Amino acid sequence: MFDGYTSSELMSIFAMQGFAGLSLFSVFVLMALGLTIIFGQMGVINMAHGEFMILGAYTTYLTSGFFQSYLPGLFGGYFFVAMILAFLVCAALGALVEWLMIRHLYHRPLDTLLATWGLSLIMQQAYRSIFGAREVGVDLPEWMLGAFNVTDLVQLPINGLFVMIIALSIAVGLYLLMYRSGYGKKVRAVVQNRPMAEAVGINSAGIDRATFALGCGIAGVAGAAFTMIGSTGPSSGQAYIVDTFLVVVFGGAQSLVGTIVSAFGISQAQSTMEFFLSGSMAKVLTLLVVIGILMLRPEGLMALKVRR
Amino acid sequence: MKTSSPMKWFVSREGLYYLGLAALLVIILPLLLDPFRLNMVGKYLTYAFVAIGLVMCWGKAGILSLGQGVFFGLGGYCMAMFLKLEASSPENTAIQSTPGIPDFMDWNQLTALPWFWEPFHSFSFTLLAVIGVPVLLAFVIGLAMFTRRVGGVYFAIITQAIAAVLTILIIGQQGFTGGVNGITDLQTLKGWDIRTDEARTTLYFICVGMLFLCLFVARFVQNSKLGRILVAMNAQETRVRFSGYDVAAFKIFVFCLAAAFAGVGGAMFTLIVGFMSPSFIGIVASIEMVIFCALGGRLSILGAVYGALLVNAAKSGFSESFPELWPFAMGALFIGVVLAFPNGMAGLYQSYVMPLEDKIFKRKKVKATAAAEPQAVKPTVEKADDYDPMIDNYSPEKS
Repeated sequence: MFDGYTSSELMSIFAMQGFAGLSLFSVFVLMALGLTIIFGQMGVINMAHGEFMILGAYTTYLTSGFFQSYLPGLFGGYFFVAMILAFLVCAALGALVEWLMIRHLYHRPLDTLLATWGLSLIMQQAYRSIFGAREVGVDLPEWMLGAFNVTDLVQLPINGLFVMIIALSIAVGLYLLMYRSGYGKKVRAVVQNRPMAEAVGINSAGIDRATFALGCGIAGVAGAAFTMIGSTGPSSGQAYIVDTFLVVVFGGAQSLVGTIVSAFGISQAQSTMEFFLSGSMAKVLTLLVVIGILMLRPEGLMALKVRR
Repeated sequence: MKTSSPMKWFVSREGLYYLGLAALLVIILPLLLDPFRLNMVGKYLTYAFVAIGLVMCWGKAGILSLGQGVFFGLGGYCMAMFLKLEASSPENTAIQSTPGIPDFMDWNQLTALPWFWEPFHSFSFTLLAVIGVPVLLAFVIGLAMFTRRVGGVYFAIITQAIAAVLTILIIGQQGFTGGVNGITDLQTLKGWDIRTDEARTTLYFICVGMLFLCLFVARFVQNSKLGRILVAMNAQETRVRFSGYDVAAFKIFVFCLAAAFAGVGGAMFTLIVGFMSPSFIGIVASIEMVIFCALGGRLSILGAVYGALLVNAAKSGFSESFPELWPFAMGALFIGVVLAFPNGMAGLYQSYVMPLEDKIFKRKKVKATAAAEPQAVKPTVEKADDYDPMIDNYSPEKS
């Protein structure tokens, strides 16, 4: 497939497609971070994760509408309000879902998969009934329009860059929360040995609920960020869920770094191959390679070294 | 079980259940329904093949495959390719720029039949492929995964990704596969027009026959020693392994068996519905197949048939009158089945209807039931209490 390109042309193609892949990378990272927490720490498969993300996106959509009609002067900053609102809305719903459904299903990961799939069907149809089947988009504030010219070939749109910054700062924040805070220590204690954690006075049910809510809240922020680079429809979440699960599993379920590395690898592979093959073939090849590697390394790229 | 004669089995409790299902499918439904509705029931029954496979694979052995649509689709496409080649004989396709190839290939500027279509001129090869292709794929996947001890959640996600790959591939390679539209306009099977009412009714009965064949194969496997090893493996995989059994081989076998059932179902689907398209086999369709099995009862092969019938009938009924409500009902079904009655209708039947039956029939059939019950029914009840796949399935490298 490299026939007819000189090496310098190839270099610039790779650079161009690499930059194009970065926005896919931020989408993957944003979605996968919430999943990693829920799946890696709690062993729960949340198939409704995409729908939580869409909930965040719709929250942003509503917030932007509100600012446009009532506070036009502050429109430039509405996004930050929307992000906080999206987090709160999704985290609240996540806590509710955990209380109603998930807490009865710990230790039955395959059943959480089916139950949350049902939840995702219900949420999707609810969006369709409330917001209509059509995709909605938000107006960007002025400072987000435009692009940096890195070289003649490569342009970086500011909104894409902004989403990438959000993705990376959430990743860093999450790392600090999970590995440098008291809450993170408690979460990891519960994951490793629940009865012992309870014996030293950790409220394990509360930790579970908080962790699930946190994962859902991050999904909401991801959805908010998502509106900056694309429009949102009722079924946009489902389009990404399989890819994202592969990202999480490929990276090693409990490893945040692994998630980021695998999101980077998958998005770059897909984006680079898209230039040479059709989009669908690029996706097929990427998925097949990922599946193949997973067969060789079932525990993922960066599995924790645990003595078994 | 082996000692009881066939006649005795038919008057046993289990035998009566099979007779009841047979009476429903062969006598009651054909008498009640017009050919159009009967054709729809036939379509639902093709999903029952997949559900039976899932009972064996997920319910018994604890391997949840979210990619059964792949095998269903492969079986269906194999059959569709044969029928399409028959429908696009040079005489029928004389107006095309290249006569003798399927119409969608002509639209996509293909001038010759692709190599993998060539063998599908032969009917016997097609019949072989309907089972062989899904089983081969299942074998490759199973060999790669189970010998590496990939299980549980990881397996589910990977099979789902495989379903995604197949759908993308079929939609993307329009010239070879018919793309989103699928393979349509199928007319005859070896010169026999499959679009008439009589043909559809005949196909319905063939489908019921095949279904019972699969039911008996599944029943044989479940009652054999192999079936009990599968159940044991689901509960305590490491213990079974340390007892000297090759766990991977058993898993590969049951996964291939489920794939074979799904392939047969897919081929029957193509014949009964008259076309095949990617929308029946993708991720969403594959997960819906799991709910057929879950609603019927993940441990009961007969329950799977009823589950497939009920969910699909409800789907048709709902989406005819309230298309908006169906996704809500489907979602509630997923949540309700998992939370409230994980053993599905079969489980409810066992805990509520069976005691009643015992009361009513106690004097008449006490001996016959005693023969059938211990092996066929009891293990399911006991298993419900300590269903805990996480112990073994969750971490692939546990041992």
